[in-house]
Amino acid sequence: MKPIERKWLWLASALLVVALLVLPFLVKNYRVFQFNLVLVYAVAILGLNILTGFNGQISLGHGAFYAFGAYVAAMLMDKAGVPYWATLPVAFVLCFAFGFVVGFPALRLAGHYLALATFALALAVPQLLKYKKIEAYTGGVQGIVLSKPEAPFAFSLFGQPLSADRWLYFFTLFVAALMFLLAWNLLRGRVGRALIAVRDHPIAATAMGINLAVFKSLTFGVSAGVTGLAGALGGIVVAYVSPDSFTVALSIFLLVGVVVGGLASIPGAIFGGIFIQFVPNIADELSKSAPAAIYGVLLIGLMYLMPTGVMGGLRSLWLRLRARAKG
Amino acid sequence: MEALLHQIFSGLANGCIYGSVALALVMIYQATHHINFAQGEMATFSTFVAWALIQSGWPYWGAFFFTIAVSFVGGLLVQRIVLRPLEKAPVLTNVIVFIGLLLIFNALSGWIFDHTIKAFASPFPKDAFFASRFFSAHQLGSAAVLLAVLLGLFAFFRFTPIGLAMRAAAQNPDSARLVGIRVSWMLALGWGLAAAIGAVAGMMVAPVVFLDPNMMAGILLYGFAAALLGGIDNPLGAVIGGFVVGVLENLLGAYVIGTELKLTVALVLIVATLTLRPDGLFGKKVVTRV
Repeated sequence: MKPIERKWLWLASALLVVALLVLPFLVKNYRVFQFNLVLVYAVAILGLNILTGFNGQISLGHGAFYAFGAYVAAMLMDKAGVPYWATLPVAFVLCFAFGFVVGFPALRLAGHYLALATFALALAVPQLLKYKKIEAYTGGVQGIVLSKPEAPFAFSLFGQPLSADRWLYFFTLFVAALMFLLAWNLLRGRVGRALIAVRDHPIAATAMGINLAVFKSLTFGVSAGVTGLAGALGGIVVAYVSPDSFTVALSIFLLVGVVVGGLASIPGAIFGGIFIQFVPNIADELSKSAPAAIYGVLLIGLMYLMPTGVMGGLRSLWLRLRARAKG
Repeated sequence: MEALLHQIFSGLANGCIYGSVALALVMIYQATHHINFAQGEMATFSTFVAWALIQSGWPYWGAFFFTIAVSFVGGLLVQRIVLRPLEKAPVLTNVIVFIGLLLIFNALSGWIFDHTIKAFASPFPKDAFFASRFFSAHQLGSAAVLLAVLLGLFAFFRFTPIGLAMRAAAQNPDSARLVGIRVSWMLALGWGLAAAIGAVAGMMVAPVVFLDPNMMAGILLYGFAAALLGGIDNPLGAVIGGFVVGVLENLLGAYVIGTELKLTVALVLIVATLTLRPDGLFGKKVVTRV
């Protein structure tokens, strides 16, 4: 990259950061809540993308890890009085363990079979959460109602106070930025190359000295951990968890987000989050069935026209423009 | 004892339905080596078509066979239009497209036919001569229909030239192409057949669970479990797997874990089969060359 280009990049990044910091004070509270969800979904999609995009293991059941994380956070806050920020690492660790356990049989399952087993997991989750014997902990069909954490200090900008949702915006923004940074660090080096090698040619990867069993189940664990952390964050942001908010549709939407944003693209997860948060709202006005239909058509259409998603599309557009500029 | 027998027999009756869904899955797997996640929603859509026909005054069996024909053509078209360009695409692409189809068919059912729950008539009268203490007329009737489908399929694959060509195309596409079989069309035929079988399963299950766009979600899962248990490449195994899953589901539901965790039974069955005996009870062992 030329120095002048680098300078512009820095300037653009600084502007973006300022915009992100000021944004919640420019819009209504409900919009801020929606932005929070975008960030939450972006992290969840990032988790799924590590597994499906980078490692090539298909999961149709990541909603289960999201739900698990959300319930861990809710139960810790509601029953044990743990502060909200402390639930996130716990959710990550527990979901990591859960994912590792699920990933273990996944070693023997490739492609369709893994998709099938995780699909079954996604379908079974709401029933498991409603199960009578654990109702004392999970709240059964009713779920658990939480209260949103208030901002630790008073502050206002443009006449808008730092409400609970605005405070949560900064909290989720911080967590999301941290997760993206960690994921980027994890995936750009040796580990990332190993994951991609396992995806593209497992036999060759083994020959190169990559331990398939360790890598695959660890990837499953990390991916589940990240998505579970997003779930915990989602539980805090929405301040309510219930079995019926974690149906198989959630798992499918996460997959849609991955595909729209771009398989094996880290920034793509943000586009995925924006997409699954806002497109259904717009489509809902057409008809109750419209969001699902639009998702379906988009999934198939993207597979044909833009298999690398929004990020891939942008990148090839950028390359083309640059080639033209150079003449 | 009486109660136990009742549980077993009604399990067998449910097993029929799981068996027919499993059969449809096996058909597509045999032809294309893909597992069709949209199978359940396609069947639901077919059932809605039959419902609409019956509502507009068609006789039941007329609607039944017409729906099967429509579903066959529909399945064929889906393969020709949507899946043909992806025949050589990686698994992930296919799974995503299947999920896309699932969403589209589910949305279409809701959009065109509304989300309210509808009753679907059974073709077998309640007081039919073959109704007995343990089996209702509908249970026996749907078992007979399933058996007929199975026999028909067996005869089709065993005795007709097209059946032979389809088997060849599935087993060894390259050689099949060399002897002049149009492999791609054979795949489309497989999709058509699977859609038709799915339609039969949907019309048989609708009187029991009532008709709504999500009617098949749980049943599809049991169909998966049945197909895997029986061996994903064995039609007879799929049907037997269906019976086993149906009986297991009922017995476990009645005596061990209660009805609330029925889907978890399917999940455990699927994971257990895949890890302990990936080829199922009657499937062929798959060995790949490195």
